[in-house]
Amino acid sequence: MSLMSEKEKKNLRNRQRKSLYFSRLCAAVTWSSVFLLCVLIYQVSVDGLSWIDWQFISSFPSRFPERAGIKSALVGTLWLIGLIAIISIPIGVSSALYLEEFTKPGKLNKFIEVNISNLAGVPSIVYGILGLAIFVRFFALERSLLSGALTMSLLILPVIIIASREAIRTVPMSIRQAAYSLGATRWQTAWAHVLPASFPGIMTGVILALSRAIGETAPLIIIGALTFVAFLPEGPMDSFTAMPIQIYNWISRPQQDFHDLAAAGIIVLLLVLLIMNATAIYIRNKTERRLK
Amino acid sequence: MSELAFAENSTATNETVETIKDKALDLQEVSILYSGNPAVKKVSCYFMRNKITSIIGPSGCGKSTLLRALNRMNDFIHGVTLEGKIMFASEDLYGPEVDPVEVRRRIGMVFQKPNPFPKSIYNNIAWAPGINGFEGSKDELVEHSLKQAALWDEVKDRLHDSALNLSGGQQQRLCIARALAMDPEILLMDEPCSALDPISTAHIEDLLFDLKSRYTIVIVTHNMHQASRISDYTAFMEMGHLIEFGETEQVFTKPLVKRTEEYVTGRFG
Repeated sequence: MSLMSEKEKKNLRNRQRKSLYFSRLCAAVTWSSVFLLCVLIYQVSVDGLSWIDWQFISSFPSRFPERAGIKSALVGTLWLIGLIAIISIPIGVSSALYLEEFTKPGKLNKFIEVNISNLAGVPSIVYGILGLAIFVRFFALERSLLSGALTMSLLILPVIIIASREAIRTVPMSIRQAAYSLGATRWQTAWAHVLPASFPGIMTGVILALSRAIGETAPLIIIGALTFVAFLPEGPMDSFTAMPIQIYNWISRPQQDFHDLAAAGIIVLLLVLLIMNATAIYIRNKTERRLK
Repeated sequence: MSELAFAENSTATNETVETIKDKALDLQEVSILYSGNPAVKKVSCYFMRNKITSIIGPSGCGKSTLLRALNRMNDFIHGVTLEGKIMFASEDLYGPEVDPVEVRRRIGMVFQKPNPFPKSIYNNIAWAPGINGFEGSKDELVEHSLKQAALWDEVKDRLHDSALNLSGGQQQRLCIARALAMDPEILLMDEPCSALDPISTAHIEDLLFDLKSRYTIVIVTHNMHQASRISDYTAFMEMGHLIEFGETEQVFTKPLVKRTEEYVTGRFG
């Protein structure tokens, strides 16, 4: 280092200092959001943790806070998520495959792409109104789980399509060429090679999208999910409630006990979300390893 | 696979090449255009059965484009059009009746960079015959293909390991084995050794010698020594034109065109 002049040393010190400041700034920003999450979880836990017991999980809602539970909302949410996944994943992934593998690049493709991006930005309440008009009224599906799931699927489809397209685009061209040069059709290439290779990326998009759906309230309120349900849905045509709606209902009551119940509901909602994401990430990592 | 009659006595483009009836592919005034810009201009030549033909020329001369046209891989590049005829047996590869999938099944290809599927060695080979309705024993097919590609002894104990764990040279031989498993009539190779070290390259060159008794091979190469070592016929291209085409020995020792002589002796390019 003795080869450096004083001026060069000073310049290097300055640059290193700037680099250090910037990395600290980035760290501060990152940790502040983690901190906010911790505050949220702490706040909710203080209010709600004491309310969580088996009675809370296994009871229907009630006028009396000590007897109220989240059973119907929990089951409703699980039904909803299951139906949303069944509806939106095949449609979303097929659309992405079609747009990436089967259409030629051109104006029409660009037009569709722009519109899908726009749809991803439409407020969720607008989807609720759409769902009310189309599924509840026009198709006469009533205020059922199926209406809710279809509406929510519309809401998250753009997210799934965009994420899946990104994932499909990262599959190297050489893999497709290899398959085509062996006499595979487009479909065989897409099914056997492109889809498995992009599966981890598609899973990430699906996780994000379903996580969004599990917390959505507005569209469900519009299409008319009930807020007081003392029975369990037995099929996709039954009426239902969901956790965000139950939480919203409790929060809007004047009594403090119900506010604490809402906090307990939030904890359960977060847990469901966490379990769901963990499972998806586990599946993703497992398939990722198999591919390598 | 050889039930088709081969076109006889097509017009020879070069007097010095003896007229042999066995032409696997016969190119007639082939031009290839990228959105209207010609990359290959009115090339006429032919590829002999059970011979190795190499295509040489400076970068950007259109040799890879020409090679990809031979099994219709250019179809996947937007805006590419082809004029002229490529006769495969008595049929034009670009005729209206021809299904490109069938063309690619019968004319195999090995690429510049080894591109094994991210699957096991076994499945790399067995997949394509499977989707094409192969009915025999897959185990035998895998063994036979790997033996043909001189890879069997190195991988026979780990057929179900990922192909991505193989070395670059082994991966390329796996790609050759994968192409051979389809029992193609012609094998196209696009600079198959350019990403490999000299030992792997020697392996593959030996392999090509063994394979030519059963397959017709067309190889694009940047390596002049490789072309002179392994090929029976050589085509020299420049700026999209076919400058010279003939037996390798003649092209390298007594080229008819001055440009060819300059190129093969390393005075340009």
